[in-house]
Order: sequence, then C-alpha cells, then structure tokens
Amino acid sequence: MKAMADSSLVIENLSYAYGKTLPLALDGLSATIRPGIVTGLVGPDGAGKTTLLRLLTALLLPTAGSIRVFGLDTRDAAEPLHRIIGYMPQKFGLYDDLSVKQNLRLYADMQGLSAPERRLAFARLLTFTGLEPFQERLAGRLSGGMKQKLGLACALIRKPRLLLLDEPSVGVDPVSRRELWRMVGELVDAETAVIWSTAYLDEAEKCREVLLLDGGRLIFSGPPGTLTERVAGRCFQVRGISGNRRRVLARALQQPEVQDGIVQGRDVRIVLRSGQAPPAPMCLDAGESSWLEPVAPRFEDAYVDVLGGGPGGISALASAMAPWAGEREVTVEAAGLTKRFGDFTAVSEIDFSIRRGEIFGLLGPNGAGKSTIFKMLCGLLRPSAGSGRVGGFDLRSSPSQARSCLGYMAQKFSLYSDLSTRQNLEFFSGIYGLSGARRKETVARMIDIFGLRPQLQASAKDLPLGFKQRLALACAVMHEPAVLFLDEPTSGVDPLTRREFWTHINGLVERGVTVLVTTHFMDEAEYCDRIGLIYRGRMIASGPPDELKIQAASAALPDPTLEETFIALLRQWDEGEGAKA
Amino acid sequence: MVNRILALLIKELLANLRDKRGRLVLIVPPLIQLFIFSFAATQEVKNQTLAILNLDRGRPALTLERDFAAAATFGAVLHLQRAEEIPEVIDRQQAIAVLWIPEDFSRELKRGGTAQASFILDGRKTNAAQIVQGYAMRILDDYRAEWSAQGQAGGVRLESRNWFNPNLDFRWYTVPSLVCILTTVVGLLVTGLSVAREREMGTFEQLLVSPLQPLEILIGKALSALLIAMVEGAFIVLVGVTVLGVPMNGSLPLLFGGMAVFLLAIIGVGLFVSSLSMTQQQAVLGAFMFLVPATILSGFASPIENMPHWLQTISFANPLRYFMTIVRGIFLKDVTAAVVWAQTWPMAVIACVTLSLATWLFKRRME
Repeated sequence: MKAMADSSLVIENLSYAYGKTLPLALDGLSATIRPGIVTGLVGPDGAGKTTLLRLLTALLLPTAGSIRVFGLDTRDAAEPLHRIIGYMPQKFGLYDDLSVKQNLRLYADMQGLSAPERRLAFARLLTFTGLEPFQERLAGRLSGGMKQKLGLACALIRKPRLLLLDEPSVGVDPVSRRELWRMVGELVDAETAVIWSTAYLDEAEKCREVLLLDGGRLIFSGPPGTLTERVAGRCFQVRGISGNRRRVLARALQQPEVQDGIVQGRDVRIVLRSGQAPPAPMCLDAGESSWLEPVAPRFEDAYVDVLGGGPGGISALASAMAPWAGEREVTVEAAGLTKRFGDFTAVSEIDFSIRRGEIFGLLGPNGAGKSTIFKMLCGLLRPSAGSGRVGGFDLRSSPSQARSCLGYMAQKFSLYSDLSTRQNLEFFSGIYGLSGARRKETVARMIDIFGLRPQLQASAKDLPLGFKQRLALACAVMHEPAVLFLDEPTSGVDPLTRREFWTHINGLVERGVTVLVTTHFMDEAEYCDRIGLIYRGRMIASGPPDELKIQAASAALPDPTLEETFIALLRQWDEGEGAKA
Repeated sequence: MVNRILALLIKELLANLRDKRGRLVLIVPPLIQLFIFSFAATQEVKNQTLAILNLDRGRPALTLERDFAAAATFGAVLHLQRAEEIPEVIDRQQAIAVLWIPEDFSRELKRGGTAQASFILDGRKTNAAQIVQGYAMRILDDYRAEWSAQGQAGGVRLESRNWFNPNLDFRWYTVPSLVCILTTVVGLLVTGLSVAREREMGTFEQLLVSPLQPLEILIGKALSALLIAMVEGAFIVLVGVTVLGVPMNGSLPLLFGGMAVFLLAIIGVGLFVSSLSMTQQQAVLGAFMFLVPATILSGFASPIENMPHWLQTISFANPLRYFMTIVRGIFLKDVTAAVVWAQTWPMAVIACVTLSLATWLFKRRME
C-alpha cells in the first residue's frame, strides 16, 4: 500500500518570486490536493493561480518550499512528472492551420504514443468530446467551445494522473461549459487529481474542494460549502420591487449594514455585514409591495465576504456625467438584419430595438451569430440585408455620425499596449474629436473617476487586469456616448472587478445611456433589462430575464436559473425545428 | 478632422518609439547594415590579370604599357606576342582584359592624329569588366594629360568628370545607395506592420468603431511613417557624410524633397501590404516580396542598362530606380533641380497609384 503522501499532491511552504527584487507571487502556501475529485482554484486576478499551476507542472521551480506530486518532487523529477501531467494553459497551443485530427496526431507524436494506443485514444477522445463529425475541420475554424474541447482532448491524449486546467471556461458558452465540466467529471477516478482554475464561482461551487488565493496567500482550502457557511443567514433577496431595481441596488449598497449586492433579474440580491440586521425595505425605497426574503447563501457571496466586500453603489463616473437627454426614445434598432457569407447565412432577419437607458443582452452559444450582429451594429460589418440604426443614424448612410455616438469595449480591452495610461486616454479623446481645454479637462476627469493616477506613466501592457479594464472603460466613455457596446466585457475577470464594472454601467444607464452587451456569463445577463437569445443565426427568444425563466419553466424544472433557462430554450427550439423537419 | 489625424499621428509615433526595443529596431539594424555594406560589400576590382599585346616599339606605346602594368588594379601582367593569342587568353579567363596597342600607335600620336588602342574585356564578368573599363579609362586619361603636358601636338586634356569618384572609392557609391535602401526598408516596415499589428492586438476594431474615417486612418499612418523614415534617412545621410566620409555636393532641400515623394510611393506599397495581411508575419513577408525585386531593379547591384529590355521596362515602375538616381546625383555631383524633377515626377505618379490602391484595398477589406 502506498503512503498517503505518495497518492496525493503535497504543497509545503511554497513561495515563488518572478525576480529577486519583485514581490512574492506566492507566499508560504501549504495544501494537500487529493485525487478522485475536482479541486477548484479561485482568487482575484493576480492572486497567483497561474503561477501555482505552472509550479505544479515544474515549468517553474519554487523559490522556497516544495511540491511533491504523487511522491515526485518538482525540483528533481520534472521528466517523470511531465509523463503523468496533462496541462491546459489559458491559451492552449492548438495549431489553427491544422485540422482537429492533425492536432491530435501532433500531440500523440509528442507524447510518443504507439499506433494501437493512438487508435484507441483517438476513438475515445473524439467520441468523448463530440468532435467526431469535425475531424477534418481546421482548428482555427472551430467555435470557442469546440476549441476548448479539442484542447482538453489534446491534454488527455495519454490519460494523465494530474490534470491542470487554467480557466478552461473563459469565452465558452453555457452549453459547452457544461459539457466540459461533464467531460472532466467523467475522467476523474480514484487515481486522478484535477485542478480547475476559474474566475467563475458557480463553477467553483461545483468542485468538491476549493483553494482560494488572494495576493499570493492561501486564504481558504476545503469544501466550498464550508466557506459558504460563513455568510449563512446574511443573504437576502429584495423581491417585488416596483421602482427601478438599479436604483434599489445603489441605495442598498449605501446602507452601512449591506456589504455586497447584485441585480438578479427583477430582484436585487444583497449580503449583510456580519452581525447586522437587514435594512428596512423603506430605506431601499423599493416600493410598497417589496419585501426581503432570506435566500440560501452562495459560494460567491462568501468569496466576496472573505475578500472584504464589494465596491460601493455609487459610480463616480455616472455622477460626473451629464444626464444624456436625447430626443429619441429608441437608440439602437435592428430591422431585418441579415448577414450572409457566401451561401452560409450567419445571421438571419434579426429585429429588435433598445430604448434609451436600457441594457439589452445578446446571449447565445459560440458561433450562433452574436458577434456578427454586434459587428453589424457598430459598423464593422456591412449587413447583406436589413438595416441598423444607432442614435438615430443609419449605419449604412451615415456611419461616421452613428459611430461618434457609440462607445465600444471589447473583451480583449483594445488598448494600445505600448502607450502609457495617459497616452491612451489622450489618443482616444483625440480621435473622438475632443480638443483644447475640453480634452484636458475630460482626461483629468477620467483619471480622477477611475483612480488611474498611480499608473499614469505605466505602459498599458504592464497594468494589472482590473486597471486595464477601468482604463478600457474610461477610453470607451470619454466622449460621453449615448450608446455603449460591450462585447464580453468581463470575460475572465474576477467577481470583485466585475461588480465594480457593473456599478459604473448601472450608473451610466441611470443617466440615460443605452447598453448593448454580449456575454456568456449568467450573472452578467441578470443585469440586463432584456435579453435576446441568439441561436443558429436567429433570435429564438427575447424578453426580460425573468420572463424567459417563466417561458422555460417546466414540471421538472419549476424555478430554473438563467443558465438552465438558456439551455432549456435552446433544446425547445431544437425540438421544434426537429419536429418541422 | 485635423485633430483626429493629429491624435492618430501622435499615437503612431509613440507606438513605434515609446518602447525601447522599438527604438532600437529602428536605429541599430540600419546602422549595422550601413557599416557592413560600406566595408564588406565592396565591388572594387583588385588583383586582376591584364594581358598586353604591344606591337609598337615607340616610346609613347611603351609608356602606355608601363602605365597599365603599374596600375594597382592589375596584380599580374601577361605579355602576348601575337593577336591570335587574344581569344584564348580571354576564353580561358587568364586575364580580365587585353590591351592591344597596334603598330602605328606612336606614329599616329606624334603626327598629331588620333592614336587608337583596343581594350578587350571579358564580357562574361559584366560588373568587373565595367569597373576595369573604368580604371582603364582613367589610366588613359592620365596618360593623355601627361602627353599633352609635354607640349606635344594635340594636347587635348580630357575632363575626367564622368566617374565622379576619382579614387573609385566604392563607399562613395554604396552609401548613397544605402540611403535609398534603408529608407525604403524603414518606410515599408513601419507602414506594413502598423495595420497588421493593430489587427493582432484587437485595437483595429476599436479604431474602426470610432468616428475616424478609413481615409483618416490611412493619412495618420502614412504621415507617421513618412516622419519616421525621413528622420531615419537624414540620420543615415549624416552618418554617411560624417563617419564614412562620403562627400555631399548637392542641395539638401532637393534631396529631402525627393525623399518625401519617394517615401509616399513606398508607404503606399506598405499600406497595401498591410491591408492585405492578417498578421505581422504575413506583413513582413509581403514587404520583402516588394523589397528584394525593387532593390535589384533599382540599379544598386548591377546597372539597369545591363538588364534585358523587358526588365528595364518593368523597372520604370520602380520608385527606387528614380530615387537612386536622385540620391547619387545629389551626393556625388551637384545636380540641378531640373534633373531632380525629371526623376521626381515619375515617383509622384507611382505614389498616386500605390496610395490609391492601398486606400481602395483598405476600404474593401473592412467589409
């Protein structure tokens, strides 16, 4: 019988610094990771998650302390270790110009698989990932979800004893995310250890054990439920809100007893500070018929609690901006929007309109046509048929005017990485036609509002992620646009930064700014006033999140979450189409 | 509009120069190339064998023979006896050239008539032969000067103006050519990479959703590249004159005026390549696909006159050809504005074509 230490991962007093003069990226970490379960690795950006994974693969060696993987020390057993590790980094090294099969073959060659082993492995992995029909497709042409599955398949060519996944679900739609999760779940047996790093806490909640890092230190390890217990009895939902729920949230967050809050469809979810009584519904001004209902705590509540609570409810950005009083009620409009690429119809006759001060979300699986719609509406693609209007300007006849009233922020934060914070601000204010005193004043205001002063001279590429996001938002709203286009704006960003971001967005919306957002993440979708669900190039459902939930509810699923709603609606549509065919 | 372009221009300059590595890339490799080309890629012809067939025993003929034999160019001298030997000597590459002094050489010269000597070159070694011919001409010039200085009949002194490089210092020829080639490289790469880099970084879409018009984006990118490449060109001229000691005889305003027009043509090509490429790697390959033929067809390595006719025709579309003429002219002789203009307007035409093509493609690729 093997000793306990040889059947698990033992991390002892682990510290790591990227340079002698740099602060520790990991600081005195000790933990044991068991095989047979999925261990979640969570923490804010820059907490040291990726560093820890790279140390486990022996790509980095500890500055102090040690790691023993199934009895192998990473310092002197890197090679035998690599034979039992499957590692999927954030950007998995798929070759875009090779087909699915060629990618698999390449990784099999690198792992030195014999021909019979290879046949077995390919058959197993292709069925397992559902990529069998796409064997000949180039990896570059796969959707985000399929790419991740192929990446996982390549990491699993030789069944590893330790599987390390670094944020595998970023940019992946809920359906593919579930499949990834299922695949990993099937893989786990008594011998295998899996570490799944994520910025999404609903995933962490599904893990049997969780390691929570913050600033390089381990602040919690154990079953997620244990952490969640610390906020038990402190979570409430404000239901039956008759006024504006975003204002209710902002007011709630101003109450001294409230520590954290988010919009959840029609309701507002709040977490109280330890030992505080809930605020009177009166103080929240949520309407006569509103009430506070205790709800079960979630891992995310506890996470925010451990990390010291969310940001406040008031956005300095929104307060500094003049209310946007356009003449038009409808600021974004799509009418019969269609895009064909050759004989492939990517988007087919999409109609919707977004009113001033509304958040409209585009949801849908990878490759459904969301980004195509999005690109057409900001003038990056010309529609094959139909029309799009922004701020009253037709994108076809007056694209420049239409563009000057929209702000755009993409998932990759399209900042100029070689320019400093200030230079980025100055550049974007310049191309939006601000000049002279107004430009100076705007740049100064953005610096104040987003607290950018400490990093003014730093190059954008060296900024921490949260900073980058703030800067990107500052650049997008500097010209006080009437419409804000957000393309997966918080993809891969930790919950605290996400909350801060949405505080700003909510504040802007209150000022009359219209928001169009695409997202894969349901907590983001909950902020939307209305959602359009895009599937196979069509809008298969639209309405407020809660209405969609009702639409998707069934006997088996009386109170679906938004993610369940999403999946149920896609299935319903598939069945409907299947019946027609 | 001016404000937006200005903002873009500043951004482009910062993006290229703010990063230390970016600055080094613009300064160090061109300097290295400048020095390597000036010192290593010499085309001077030395230690060649000369064959001499002297059928005249007169003093003038012997002096001429002596002058040729003493030239540094010719390491060895092969004396022939009969005209029949000449084909064999050239055929077997025993000598690069044959100096053939006929029997009546001295007599003609003394009579005050035109004395003729033949100089037969190995035409297979085109370049070397031309250079040797140049040396021979000079030796002949000196000889003539000496002859007339002795107060002999005729007394024609030939102006040795045709080479403008009396010592045949190859650097004098290389440095002006390098000014052309290095400014081309910089102009081409700065523009070629700029759109592709933005595509890779994801900033391109951000630009496209701003009120910037495609034309404004192009103008901003073209102007910044123009500035960077002009400064680079000026820097190379400066190093060439101060460090490498190449004379600058002509007018600097004419040089930089020509350079600006030339660069616009090159930037058009760069932007065209850039609009076509999705990645920086493709852009670099595309830039070199233009750069290499353009350099060869510019007359840098071998004279355009030696190329087949159809290639000579193609070279008229090559902006580098005209700029090379301008730069050499201004460096080594003080050419007039009219001469520069004759080379500039074709470049202006080419610039119009390349810039319009780039604009057209850029707009089309946005779809």
